[in-house]
Amino acid sequence: MPVKVHPGSRGAIVGHKHENMSLLQKLLQINWGLVLLVLTLSGIGLGMLYSAANGNFDPWASRQAVRLAGGCIIMLVVALVDIRFWFKCSYLFYFGALILLIGVEVMGSVGMGAKRWINLGVIQLQPSELMKIAIVMALARYFHGVSAENIRRPLMLIVPLLMVAAPSVLVLKQPDLGTTVLLIMASGAVFFCAGVRLWKFVLVAVAGMAAIPVGWQFLKPYQQNRVLTFLDPEKDPLGTGYNIIQSKIALGSGGVSGKGFLQGTQSHLNFLPEKQTDFIFTMLAEEFGMIGALALLGIYILVLIYGMAISARARNQYARLLALGLTTNLFLYVFINMAMVMGLVPVVGVPLPLISYGGTVMLTILIGIGLVMSAWVHRDIRIPRHGVVEGA
Amino acid sequence: MSMINEDQDRHKVFGRRALMLGCAKIALLSTLVGRLYYLQVIEGEKYKTLAEDNRISLRLLPPERGKILDRFGTPLADNRDNYRVVIVREQTPDIAETLRRLGQLIPITGSDRRRIERDMKRKRAFVPVTVKENLSWSQVASIEALIGDLPGISIDRGNTRDYPYGADMAHVLGYVASVSEKDLNGDPLLELPGFRIGKNGIEKLHDDALRGSAGTKEVEINAYGREIRELRRQEGTSGKEIILTLDAGLQTFVHQRLLSEQSAAAVVMDIENGDVLALGSIPSFDPAAFNLGLSSKQWSSLINNPMFPLTNKAIAGLYAPGSTFKMLVALAAMEEGIGAHSHTVYCNGFTRLGNARFHCWKRGGHGRMNLIESLQHSCDIYYYDVSRRIGINKIAAMANRLGLGQPVGLDLPGEKGGVIPTRAWKEANIGEPWQVGETLIASIGQGYVLATPLQLAVMTARLASGGKKVVPRLARGYREGNRRVAYPVPEFEDLGLNPEHLRMVFQGMDEVVNNPRGTAYRARIREEGWEMAGKTGTSQVRRITLAERQAGVFRNEDLPWRRRDHALFVGFAPMHKPRYACAVIVEHGGSGSKVAGPICSDILREVQRRRSAELQPFPLNEDASPREDDNDGEEA
Repeated sequence: MPVKVHPGSRGAIVGHKHENMSLLQKLLQINWGLVLLVLTLSGIGLGMLYSAANGNFDPWASRQAVRLAGGCIIMLVVALVDIRFWFKCSYLFYFGALILLIGVEVMGSVGMGAKRWINLGVIQLQPSELMKIAIVMALARYFHGVSAENIRRPLMLIVPLLMVAAPSVLVLKQPDLGTTVLLIMASGAVFFCAGVRLWKFVLVAVAGMAAIPVGWQFLKPYQQNRVLTFLDPEKDPLGTGYNIIQSKIALGSGGVSGKGFLQGTQSHLNFLPEKQTDFIFTMLAEEFGMIGALALLGIYILVLIYGMAISARARNQYARLLALGLTTNLFLYVFINMAMVMGLVPVVGVPLPLISYGGTVMLTILIGIGLVMSAWVHRDIRIPRHGVVEGA
Repeated sequence: MSMINEDQDRHKVFGRRALMLGCAKIALLSTLVGRLYYLQVIEGEKYKTLAEDNRISLRLLPPERGKILDRFGTPLADNRDNYRVVIVREQTPDIAETLRRLGQLIPITGSDRRRIERDMKRKRAFVPVTVKENLSWSQVASIEALIGDLPGISIDRGNTRDYPYGADMAHVLGYVASVSEKDLNGDPLLELPGFRIGKNGIEKLHDDALRGSAGTKEVEINAYGREIRELRRQEGTSGKEIILTLDAGLQTFVHQRLLSEQSAAAVVMDIENGDVLALGSIPSFDPAAFNLGLSSKQWSSLINNPMFPLTNKAIAGLYAPGSTFKMLVALAAMEEGIGAHSHTVYCNGFTRLGNARFHCWKRGGHGRMNLIESLQHSCDIYYYDVSRRIGINKIAAMANRLGLGQPVGLDLPGEKGGVIPTRAWKEANIGEPWQVGETLIASIGQGYVLATPLQLAVMTARLASGGKKVVPRLARGYREGNRRVAYPVPEFEDLGLNPEHLRMVFQGMDEVVNNPRGTAYRARIREEGWEMAGKTGTSQVRRITLAERQAGVFRNEDLPWRRRDHALFVGFAPMHKPRYACAVIVEHGGSGSKVAGPICSDILREVQRRRSAELQPFPLNEDASPREDDNDGEEA
């Protein structure tokens, strides 16, 4: 879907005008089509949570609706804040998230057999989710300052690689394989689009393959199990393979048109595990069939196209890389979650954005989209390569 | 502006790379679409079937167990509603408080509480746990009235086997109990919790017929096995009702009459068709206890009781028949041409065989005896004499013809065959040659000879029927739905006994009871036309030593119970048109004439009284479609 380009937004003069927009002008600049798509997805999510509770708003849908309302306000606020502010704060956020991650490692409470949560007094926070945004911001800021020539120099890659490695190791230690994969792949996309040479990716891919046997040793037994189960789910149909077998049965039995809202036997009779979080897509596909599943996928694709188009349209490298990294992040959520419940990739615990139940993930996704919108609202603002932004 | 130019370069690179990345994303998302198509369209039907299998569970509905009826249709084993109060853990916020409130309505003991707690831990939260069974109607009503204050409590109607006659029928009917490991034969019905199968007696023998066939219901279940709703139900068929030959009233009479003794058995049968009308064995037991589950204390008291309450002595108790054996020795002798009118033996109290002396029960002897007198007075010397002449094998052959020495084939599990010794039998079982003295001992029904009360009743029936090979039976037929089916009444073959010989035996048995000098004169039936003929028997359980015999044989009353003689009596009535045969044994009862005779007499009087009261057996072989004359209003 082509991005509607505002007739008056071309040219340096207009660009200059954009540097000092009023709040009202900014509000008009917000891409309301994208907001509508976000609300549509969230609405579908609330419906599915209502169904997951066998036709009750409690315990999931009502709480998720409150979070959605708060999250949407935050998203709009983030979109209206000047992109240069985000640029300046990028490293700050990154280190903040990193400290929180270390905090989880030191004092985080244990939930679901993995240390992921940190209690900040008022709210429980999953710093690994915040890191998904922070890493993209930090990398975008870094590559914004690297010239087209310098990007070819391998030495220039040492700092960003360390920036990726630090949180990845911490998250893997939690242990949270899904988030680690997401972090690395989203970062890879930023590296890729920043212009890092293709052969370097090939080198990393080959090295990565070679490292699999070594890395296997570092996986927790349950993570090893998940991978083994993925390779052969029938091996242990009532144990670790149960989830994926039941998920495939639920999906497949939905057929083309589905069993109808609230009529999914697999999900309502509790054969389907985690139906309000990771396996919510399965329930949707069971109740609405292939038509419903493709429709949902279509909405996601529209959101992704918006994101990619915004990144292509931005006039500074930071906004481009930021929008692209965050869009890729969203894509990875969607793809890994769907592929996981369909038995295409191992079960790694990645929720379906805006649909699955969960506060931090929803907040992260909405902040991410808010940042993408900010990149659109401030698309004509130029930021000097060395980062000194006058008058901001 | 180098900054802008440089940025345009980066923008170009970015654009190319972003396009490549976008294409990669599209490719990856396409695999999702392909996978969806594969799962939902290509494999859709397969997964639909799997989902149905997940969802639908076939559950068995236990059939109602068939009743057992007596010959008049009176229920002997019935199914009773068993009201239970159950508690569901997940519906009860405060279990202790709920049980406390319930405890004000029905008694809940500490051990009940412990069992409830244990069951609740074992079972899943939605599975009802029994709090109390066999509630009375008023208890049910009081709980129902306050059910609103008792969250998670409900009244459940179960089914339990009921034996209205209790111990009176326990040995015939047997009992039902939980299925044990070795009963499992692949029938899923047997694996249902709480299912009961026949473990003894009629309940065991006719278990297949009584059990019926299971119905099924299809229920929708969730992943935890909880039933969500019922989708389809196919009722099973109730078990057949077994109609017995027993007369419940007579059976009760027999049982109560036997209870005047400590350990005894009696069998009454109809000699025309072999119907066993009553079959009693005491002491007995409460069959309901097995259904509810015995405590180990109850079980050990049943097992260790010296009077063997669990043994049906009427079919499995083996006793030396004593003098009740003499009729068949007499018949065997007459067939050999000895004994009829002419043969007499002088009894002076003992007879010599080599160095051994064989005594008559009467010290000093009976004097000269013919066959009829020998029966009347139960003279032992007469039988020592004739048995020596004909030998053990002739006696054994006659005993076998009259039903002794092998099971007579009553349709009840556990029947014993007894022992009728022959020369070959002794060689095979003892490994020693037969001694002539043993023939003498056997001729008065002692020594190796062992028979069950049932066999003695069958022997009597075969005599009284004029030499028909009467075979006893307990089941008359069955009822299935509205159809009543009778088992065919067998035509009994003739044993080829000489009627004249039988007449002489009858006359002897008549004199036993109805001659003032007969051994059982006091036990005679006085009602005209109901007179009984019979034979006493007193079988020793100890050896009387020479010293004791010289000092005077101990009277039974002076001996400890276990060393007293068994008292036996066999008889039939009415004497002139025999219809009913009866055998009675009282373990360590002392004297056949004083103890067993009166019991047999009472039983035969009662069976004739009941016949004259014109009780009609349950009609069989006809459709028992609902009768129009089932008067509804009459009860008021």
